[in-house]
Amino acid sequence: MADTLTRPPAGPVVGMGQRHDSAHLHVAGQARYIDDEPELPGLLHLAFGTSTKARAQIVAMDLAAVRAAPGVVAVYTAGDIPGANDVSPVAGDDRLLAQDEVVWLGQPVFLVAATSRRAARQAARLGKITYAAQEPILTVEQARATQSLIEPTQRMARGDAAAALAAAPHHLAGQLTMGGQDHFYLEGQIALARPLEDGQIHVLSSTQHPSEVQHLVAHLLGRSSADVTVEVRRMGGAFGGKESQAALYAAAAALVVHHTGRPAKFRADRDDDMVQTGKRHDFVVDYEVGFDGEGQIEGLQLRLASRCGATVDLSPAINDRAMFHADNCYFLPAVEIVSERLKTNMVSATAFRGFGGPQGMLAIERVMDAVAGHLGRDPLAVRVANLYGPGRDVTPYGMVVADNIAPDLIARLRAEAGYDERQAAVARFNAASPILKKGLALTPVKFGISFTTTHLNQAGALLHVYADGSIQINHGGTEMGQGLYTKVAQVVAQAFGVGLDQVRITATRTDKVPNTSATAASSGADLNGMAALDAAQTIRWRLAEFCARTFGGAAQDVVFADGQVSAGGETIPWPVLCRRAHMARISLSSTGFYATPDLHYDRAAHQGQPFYYFAYGAALVEVVIDTLTGEHRVLAADILHDCGRSLNPAIDKGQIEGGFIQGQGWLTSEELVWNDEGALLTHAPSTYKIPTANDRPVRLTVALWDGANHRPTIHRSKAVGEPPFMLANAVFSALGAAIAACNPAAGWPTLDAPATPERILAALARQRGTAS
Amino acid sequence: MALRFVCDGQLVELDDVAPGDTVLDFMRGRAGKTGTKEGCGEGDCGACTVLVGTPLAREDRLIWRAVNACIQFLPMLHGKAVLTVNGLGTGLNPLQQTMACNGASQCGFCTPGFVMSLHGRAIGAVGADLPVGDVLAGNLCRCTGYGPLLDAGAQHAQLAQDDAALLALLRQVAVAGPACGQARLPDGGTARWFIPDSADALATLLAQYPEARIVAGATDVGLWVTKKLIDLETVIFVGDVAELGTIAETDQGLTIGGAVRYADAHAALARLSPDLGELVRRIGGLQVRNAGTIGGNIANGSPIGDGPPALIALGAMLTLRSVRGRRTMPLDDFFIAYGQQDRSPDEFVESLFIPRPGPQDIIHISKLSKRFDSDISAVCGAFCLRVEQGVITAARVAFGGMAATPRRAHQAEATLTGAPFAAETIAAAAEAIRSDFAPLSDVRGSAAYRLEAAGNLVWRLWHQAQGLPVRVQEVAHG
Repeated sequence: MADTLTRPPAGPVVGMGQRHDSAHLHVAGQARYIDDEPELPGLLHLAFGTSTKARAQIVAMDLAAVRAAPGVVAVYTAGDIPGANDVSPVAGDDRLLAQDEVVWLGQPVFLVAATSRRAARQAARLGKITYAAQEPILTVEQARATQSLIEPTQRMARGDAAAALAAAPHHLAGQLTMGGQDHFYLEGQIALARPLEDGQIHVLSSTQHPSEVQHLVAHLLGRSSADVTVEVRRMGGAFGGKESQAALYAAAAALVVHHTGRPAKFRADRDDDMVQTGKRHDFVVDYEVGFDGEGQIEGLQLRLASRCGATVDLSPAINDRAMFHADNCYFLPAVEIVSERLKTNMVSATAFRGFGGPQGMLAIERVMDAVAGHLGRDPLAVRVANLYGPGRDVTPYGMVVADNIAPDLIARLRAEAGYDERQAAVARFNAASPILKKGLALTPVKFGISFTTTHLNQAGALLHVYADGSIQINHGGTEMGQGLYTKVAQVVAQAFGVGLDQVRITATRTDKVPNTSATAASSGADLNGMAALDAAQTIRWRLAEFCARTFGGAAQDVVFADGQVSAGGETIPWPVLCRRAHMARISLSSTGFYATPDLHYDRAAHQGQPFYYFAYGAALVEVVIDTLTGEHRVLAADILHDCGRSLNPAIDKGQIEGGFIQGQGWLTSEELVWNDEGALLTHAPSTYKIPTANDRPVRLTVALWDGANHRPTIHRSKAVGEPPFMLANAVFSALGAAIAACNPAAGWPTLDAPATPERILAALARQRGTAS
Repeated sequence: MALRFVCDGQLVELDDVAPGDTVLDFMRGRAGKTGTKEGCGEGDCGACTVLVGTPLAREDRLIWRAVNACIQFLPMLHGKAVLTVNGLGTGLNPLQQTMACNGASQCGFCTPGFVMSLHGRAIGAVGADLPVGDVLAGNLCRCTGYGPLLDAGAQHAQLAQDDAALLALLRQVAVAGPACGQARLPDGGTARWFIPDSADALATLLAQYPEARIVAGATDVGLWVTKKLIDLETVIFVGDVAELGTIAETDQGLTIGGAVRYADAHAALARLSPDLGELVRRIGGLQVRNAGTIGGNIANGSPIGDGPPALIALGAMLTLRSVRGRRTMPLDDFFIAYGQQDRSPDEFVESLFIPRPGPQDIIHISKLSKRFDSDISAVCGAFCLRVEQGVITAARVAFGGMAATPRRAHQAEATLTGAPFAAETIAAAAEAIRSDFAPLSDVRGSAAYRLEAAGNLVWRLWHQAQGLPVRVQEVAHG
């Protein structure tokens, strides 16, 4: 084939800042989400009756009042499921409806179908369930004490960390606790299922993983995958929260369709959604570090413990990713990372942008800060001293860091954002200000790109060129706002040398592209862009050969550009070529496929090459805190981020800014609170506080690192979904610096996340030695 | 009697409207206008933002307000115009055009709400004088980080809006005067609602239906319907009783009608005290302040309502009214215990008088919460100290979030009164506050934090009086 898969430099469509393909619909309220579909006659609305105990046997269920409530058409329990009672992604342990026992508070126990949503919700509160309650396992301590685990504790190590620690001139030990995070996608969980002929079923699901929903629904109903079609045009946000969690609602809707033959919609109420679906894992990190006088680490022992909730979900891979990112950009010569995956009676923690990476990375950033605080050195100097470099370029899991741009990227941001001058200015401010204290920090990001479960790194596409020259592209990736559809359309338009307006992007459907992976791990554009390009190149080659036969010249010399095709001295408009090719009986439709090369990983040993490449970035953040109240404000953030050769700088900048603010929320205002019975108390935006427009830093600048990916990715771009989230680690470090400024002699403060006013005030008291 | 309003330029007449039917459900259901989204169903995310236009007496324009449709009840639209994203016309207006091109949307689900908040600002809706960030603080976006949304708002501060056709339509249906309606509830009962057109009529209705629920802005009762799933039975809507909507500003102070919305009183309250203005800016989002009333904030008796502690410290007097007459009391006496206020079922909040602070009065109000905007206080502290020749001659200190009701800190007041305005006095007062209260721990803060921070607020007052910067919002970046 004449084409190479990547054609740098980027052409006229790829690399431009085209707007999101649905932007004109978004602003007009015309973009259609699942709940906007006109309601079909006979539509039933659904709600779950849920457990009020975190851990109990179900002794008896009295649902008479539920069935008798106005508008109720049917009530189902686990016994009504014809196939497998399973909505889990991997382990088979997530129940659609509780069977004999409940393992977390808020777990669905029965399902109500009614003529209105309100009727279903009202009736769902009328169930009388008798429990034989057991003591729930809720805390890290409880889970450790009983060795309640979702899988055996994992260990990733190199060298003799204990010996290196013992031999090092300086030592430190500490602990960091970080909270979880609710996704707070603005469109809540929703599914709409309707019956087709002969037992087939069609499901509209707000899901990042249509194939998984398809398989689970088929399995639940005792049917084959071929009987179930799952479709999603767009989600109103997902962030990982619709990777495995959407299946619960889709399965419920499908079950009702199966029994009633009527269409059924499940749109979860916001509070119910927050109680019933998983969140980011909270972590407790214990570290012991040995280092030299410059702060260079000689030995590190790290224990990462996360509360995974009641079921396995994606927790093994998430906790693996935490281990993979506990190095961040730093070389750890002798290291032992132990990862405990604790099973607790809480809603199962799940995927969330970064997928464990943020927790691992925040841990090592705390170690850097603590070392700097101990030595009285500038934290950035300590970070730089520990960066990967020549002869120090192998990760704890045995992968060579072959694309280490972190030192250059940090140096550029340091210079351009004026780190050193501003550090001096902050010191002057603090000397003159007894009540308000500023802090400044620069932290880097290195994020591994690829699913660490190797077989997931594949994608398919289906591309049609119509005889009028218009193009329809479909692929296995889903659109959740990240601009994936736009990027893939750019790739396709460029392949044919036509404008973006020639390309129609269509809804993701399991009957167009089968056996897809979740749109996750930041891999959407990498995988689906390549699959779409593969399909486009197949068709383009057919057209080129047709041109060569028709006009003379060689097929590889045919040029597709500017809406025209030139071959053998002739130039004809693209639509004319398509018409003539159709008349000549050339196939204008093709699938495309891509599998990421060069990946291997031995999970038992935790060694191998789990990532195709790394995406980098760094942020310099300035904050101010109030030492009387613990309040803070993020004053400025300067970001330099690596998207390789960006497919779409406008969309990539949107991902970077949005990811940063989301990360800032995780580390500051977003606090999940459970009570002693295991009930989530912060299940609404009234009590769970994501950032508002006024929490955006007073000044926020974003620059893109201009360098091609060293790997032949799609147009040498890099993934951008998750990495920017961790730029916000700089907010947390800057807050630490501001607290430290109140008493530098006490070293780095023991601030936990999220840094609410309460936690900052408590850390200040410890820093000053006035804690009661 | 039919409910009548104008929806996106079309006259709507509805029978069988229950008092708890929400504007959002009507839009997305019967009206088929699905551009307006439900994000939370409790007025905290702004995805359902619509503009409501109320005709102004003797003026040829409407006064527009952005509100959360999810917790507005349909009868509250009677005689008004409502504008949704679906009604902005075919094609995109310049604001929408900018937003479509500058990356203001990613997933797009919150976008219609942002469009309506910014559109309201551009056509001079209530709050249009606020900075863009304050107009958008009641709209949550989880994707963009807000930059392009703020930019779009800054670029399009003004858009043309001609209310003539809407006014003509509203006049045609002649909806002046009282209104009422009823509908059957799912359980077979009857729900009814009333819109009195005068305070007298309201008093009479309350005497007749003492079981009735008084609803002003519905920012609280709305959640009883959407979250507690209560079917409201008898509701009297007071938001448009003209006599309850007045603000009188004199040298002596402010008299505010019981149904004055926070947004409408914002400027006058800020003139009374800049700290009070800042407090009001941080109550809910603009959509909530455009609906919620000061009278409602008092009458619902919440221990964490933001208005009462400040108003108590300022010495506000509350006037209740019924067919039996009027009663006026210091606001602090109104709050008896948790969930218990000094109001008979037939009484309503007629007005509130807030005395104007004198030149010797130091007013300090601080609200502490996890997020600055659109959050509920962990602690809200308010101080009014009269300092004459270096001595505190009078002190009123009140807190929210520290007890079962908004309450004065009597020991702190005693410590302060008659003492020199000096660091030692401040230290003693901070300690006194810590013995004045025994707060609870909840999701907003622990008892220990509340006690420590509450005491520190006296220090904040002190340092501020010494000219030191004490608020992080006022610090410039490097």
